[in-house]
Amino acid sequence: MRFVDEFRDADKARALAAKIAALCEPGRQYKFMEVCGGHTHTIYKHGLEDYLPEAITLVHGPGCPVCVIPMGRLDDAMHLAARPDVIMTSFGDMMRVPGSNGSFFDAKANGTDIRMVYSPLDSLKIARQNPDRKVVFMAIGFETTAPSTAMTMLRAAAEGLGNFSVFCNHITIIPAIKAILDSPDLRLDGFIGPGHVSTVIGCRPYEFIARNYRKPVVVAGFEPLDILQSIYMLMLQLSQDRSEVENQYSRVVPWNGNPVALKAIGETMELRPYFEWRGLGFISHSALKVREKYAAMDAELLFEVPGVRVADPKACQCGEVLKGVLKPWECKVFGTACTPETPIGTCMVSPEGACAAYYNYGRMHRTRVPEAARAAGSRAGGS
Amino acid sequence: MCLGIPGEVVEMHPDHRDLVKVDVSGVRRLINIGLLADDPPKPGEWVLIHVGFALSKIDEAEGAAAMQFLEGIGQAYEDEIAALRESLIE
Repeated sequence: MRFVDEFRDADKARALAAKIAALCEPGRQYKFMEVCGGHTHTIYKHGLEDYLPEAITLVHGPGCPVCVIPMGRLDDAMHLAARPDVIMTSFGDMMRVPGSNGSFFDAKANGTDIRMVYSPLDSLKIARQNPDRKVVFMAIGFETTAPSTAMTMLRAAAEGLGNFSVFCNHITIIPAIKAILDSPDLRLDGFIGPGHVSTVIGCRPYEFIARNYRKPVVVAGFEPLDILQSIYMLMLQLSQDRSEVENQYSRVVPWNGNPVALKAIGETMELRPYFEWRGLGFISHSALKVREKYAAMDAELLFEVPGVRVADPKACQCGEVLKGVLKPWECKVFGTACTPETPIGTCMVSPEGACAAYYNYGRMHRTRVPEAARAAGSRAGGS
Repeated sequence: MCLGIPGEVVEMHPDHRDLVKVDVSGVRRLINIGLLADDPPKPGEWVLIHVGFALSKIDEAEGAAAMQFLEGIGQAYEDEIAALRESLIE
């Protein structure tokens, strides 16, 4: 695998790690947030934290859309799905997420017509095949998936398909990052910017972080060397007292994003005044709803949606994990009551959730065990 | 759903200019390339696919790396490929 080695060469990784270490100021601690769940996965799988000097901590952000969807929205979707005239369609990732009364999978097992789809275009096909039913697509995701929903809506409109609608839960990454920056809980030194989201929105939307908050941002690819290179770029900026947006992943991410995708989103959707995020609470202008022009495809207008707000399970500390305040293994139920097989919180459901990634890989890092024990001990003593 | 899957464009659709056939680890399915309308991919080129839509063009090296990343994810990748296999975009 000549191609892949290019991104995973252990010697190159060690060389980068040495360059990073050389940039650490004595006595200073550095905290970088990787926003995207895909990055979290790479960091844990390849044990990248073990390459880094102890002065550098990576914290995991809210970039897993399945993880941040509040339970109330899932309950709303379940309410829609229970209508006999509705066929609910959903990505597989959402199927296992627990609502107040079980998951989509549970409801499906009890006879509710919920169908797993790979693409919103598959939902469209189901709508064509079932003209006497109303097909609702459970739309979730950041700007990576929103264009697909938008393009599907445009296609449905062009076809004049009257029985397809969208239960829109699309969210936008920038307000979430701003909420974290404004949160008093966490002091960050910089961001490893999300790779795939940035293929759509480009790098410009991050400029306010560098300009107003004086924090560097490096948009990163998903290979181990990409992430180490990005950390090196962040450290270099800090050492030179710069705060800029840089694009480490330029082989995939264009600086200006994908104009066609942005246009499709803008045509079909608009910002909501506010939206609830699991763990982060209500964030202004942080999610998308269907534009009035496409009201005939807006499931929230077509059907009665209860809009109930449901508190997260008490034991669950997903909120703190999503904000990067707690490491996954510092959560009270991590690995005991909450596992990928029996998840309590969303961070354990999605394979890109920080808890699931850590559970699958991190537990094997023996060096982390004493750290986890210390944290558990200090928590028990402190509360 | 979040995973970008690399695929090689193998065939243009004879009737729909927004659809192409891609090969993803031996699975051949139609995907939509409408989001790359400014510079549509041609057979032999690689794209990163999100939920049935090509989101960006990539080169073969990036495709191979992305595929290894996905294979390393394990079950989530299996699920995504299984979902793609079931997909019947038209």
